[in-house]
Amino acid sequence: MAELTQQQKEAYWRYNIWLTTVLLIIWFVTAYIISGLLARWFNQVTFLGFPLGYYMAAQGSLAIFVIEIAVYAYLMNKKDREYGMVEEE
Amino acid sequence: MKRTWTLDKIFGLYTLAFLGVTILIGLAEYLLGLPPTWIGWIFMALSIGIYVVIGIITRTSEADQYYVAGRRVPALYNGMATGSDWMSAASFISMAGALSVQGFSGLAYVMGWTGGYLLLAVFLGPYLRQFGAYTIPDFLDARYGGNIPRIVGVVAAIACSFTYLIAQVTGVGLIVSRFIGLDFNIGVFVGLLGVLFCSVLGGMRSVTWTQVAQYIILIISYLVPVVYLSWSIFSIPIPELTYGQLLQRNNARAIEVTRDVKEKETRALWQKDVDDIDAKLKSGGVPEDDAEKLSAQRALALRQAMAPAASDDATISRYLTVPTGVGMWNFLALTFCLMVGTAGLPHILTRYYTTPSVQEARTSVAWSLFFIFLLYFTAPAYAAFARFAIYARLVGTQIAELPRWVTLWAPAGLFEVVDRNGDGLVQWADFVIKSTDFVVLATPEIAGLPFVITGLVMAGGLAAALSTADGLLLTIANAFSHDLYYNVIDRTASLKKRLTITKILLIATALIAAWVATYRLAIIVELVAWAFSLAGASFFPALVMGIWWTRTNRAGAVAGMIAGLLVTLYYMIGSRFYGVSWFGTQTIASAIFGLPVGFLVIWIVSLLTEPPPRAIQEIVTNVRYPQGDKVRAATSGAVTPTRA
Repeated sequence: MAELTQQQKEAYWRYNIWLTTVLLIIWFVTAYIISGLLARWFNQVTFLGFPLGYYMAAQGSLAIFVIEIAVYAYLMNKKDREYGMVEEE
Repeated sequence: MKRTWTLDKIFGLYTLAFLGVTILIGLAEYLLGLPPTWIGWIFMALSIGIYVVIGIITRTSEADQYYVAGRRVPALYNGMATGSDWMSAASFISMAGALSVQGFSGLAYVMGWTGGYLLLAVFLGPYLRQFGAYTIPDFLDARYGGNIPRIVGVVAAIACSFTYLIAQVTGVGLIVSRFIGLDFNIGVFVGLLGVLFCSVLGGMRSVTWTQVAQYIILIISYLVPVVYLSWSIFSIPIPELTYGQLLQRNNARAIEVTRDVKEKETRALWQKDVDDIDAKLKSGGVPEDDAEKLSAQRALALRQAMAPAASDDATISRYLTVPTGVGMWNFLALTFCLMVGTAGLPHILTRYYTTPSVQEARTSVAWSLFFIFLLYFTAPAYAAFARFAIYARLVGTQIAELPRWVTLWAPAGLFEVVDRNGDGLVQWADFVIKSTDFVVLATPEIAGLPFVITGLVMAGGLAAALSTADGLLLTIANAFSHDLYYNVIDRTASLKKRLTITKILLIATALIAAWVATYRLAIIVELVAWAFSLAGASFFPALVMGIWWTRTNRAGAVAGMIAGLLVTLYYMIGSRFYGVSWFGTQTIASAIFGLPVGFLVIWIVSLLTEPPPRAIQEIVTNVRYPQGDKVRAATSGAVTPTRA
């Protein structure tokens, strides 16, 4: 594996920080705003028989967390391959 | 790849065999009338037998194998192992029960215990793997240097893990005594045998593969009853889709119960109890012991006197009502504390040391959450079906002809059915729940399903409790033998000596935990909830700052960990016993204060003192860029014991 230049390293790290920030914002909005503070308001809507606020806290938010981590693993591992940072067995 | 194939085959066959045996037992029950106690025995002997066999096959005495399973566990399997390591008796036995009583407020647990994995994935997991230590105190030592951070880490790790362990052992005792009819104290020790076999013989390696086997049992047994119920009520086998309809039905039933005249009569009688106790307490002259008993009675009566909907003309039951004001603050604070605690529990964090690479560590966190999600996604449905079953099969029955499950569960003392107004019928307010732990285990019986499903759920609960106990035992024993004995007391101890000490400690810890569990202290359940706040407030800031900020130094980390712990402990003990209250926050959400203090203290103290040595700063920067074993090699002098 070739040694990375300082510039490449910075670009890699910036990408990581950007991705992490976006995911954390989605995480925060899902868990604390939609399923928390605004749940009462969302409950006025019915979805599949569920009040939507309840549905988001019980099911929706969980699904979003799973997708977020999968996206993180996929994108970061792709970036690692791009920069030749994958450990070859 | 080839290896994964073999593993897939082994665990695929294992899953089929388990399902096959379950169906056979079901047939035997249906055709031959196999008695319930036998079914209980078969399920217990079978599952513990499997764990013991796996323990024997995967035994090892190599350090890398013993501590981190050779760092060769594929992401998918590490995900499953983490899933069962993580999902304890609390997730399996208690969570859906709590949800079925608390309704919306209980969802803090569902969100908190899953959302924490995002924090783990982006802040800690891959970086800890890149650092490549054996234990969390190892990391603290390598990052901050010296014994003090290590010892603070050891103390915090043991404190969280031990309380958690006792709760698992208690869960094992409850299951074994209820279904097999063994004495609680004997049940506790029988269960421990299964755990000890694995951890003593093969350390992390055995524990990992046993946990995979346990995950498969626990997820099947959690899903089967709800899928069955969903199928029998709605003809659709996906409870997560159908229980919306059930929530509507339960809601309508709750409003009915609120308006019912007989129910009102019963509630009025409970309310009278409350008023009587109030009057007695007010008049004074009640001795302190009696006063405490009276306030416990008052709390119970008050709960029974509360209608399931706020008023006669309400259209939405309390179950679906979103809390406001202080209730909302507590909901958010608890969700946050559980998330941070999840990302700070040492027995979970060490699991990410076992993957072959940083990339696999990332994938592995994703798999972990997916496998955990399967259960948590179903828990709110389980709760709704349980509530439905109680509305449909208990409320309105004759008190003289109570359903069989009521009499079967009565000796466990988790609930009572009383006829308050003496009309010979069971009202909703006649059903006195003392602990919601019966809900998951008893729902198959409440809904009138065949006993084989109850046996299955029992095996699942046992798997959940034992797998978590395994991981915790190993964490505790390693903290003593590897972190304390080897790294602090005797650096010259041979590998053989160290492993022997670990094994003796495993047995000793297990015995002490079992012994404490036989006292059945009520405080244990509370302590487990506290463990999350303690782990969150102590480890999380020190680990995150250590990875993300090169300037963090030893003084800052130690001060931050201690400050976080102390503030959290102060609020916990203060709010639980001495009436301290900041913004009306409940005791289990104490880390909401300790955590920011921890971060702040690390930041300020680090800036006020010398920066860490250049070499350490470079390592911290390098951890950002995955590069195989390089970083590990650079730090291993200080961190890893010599290879055997």
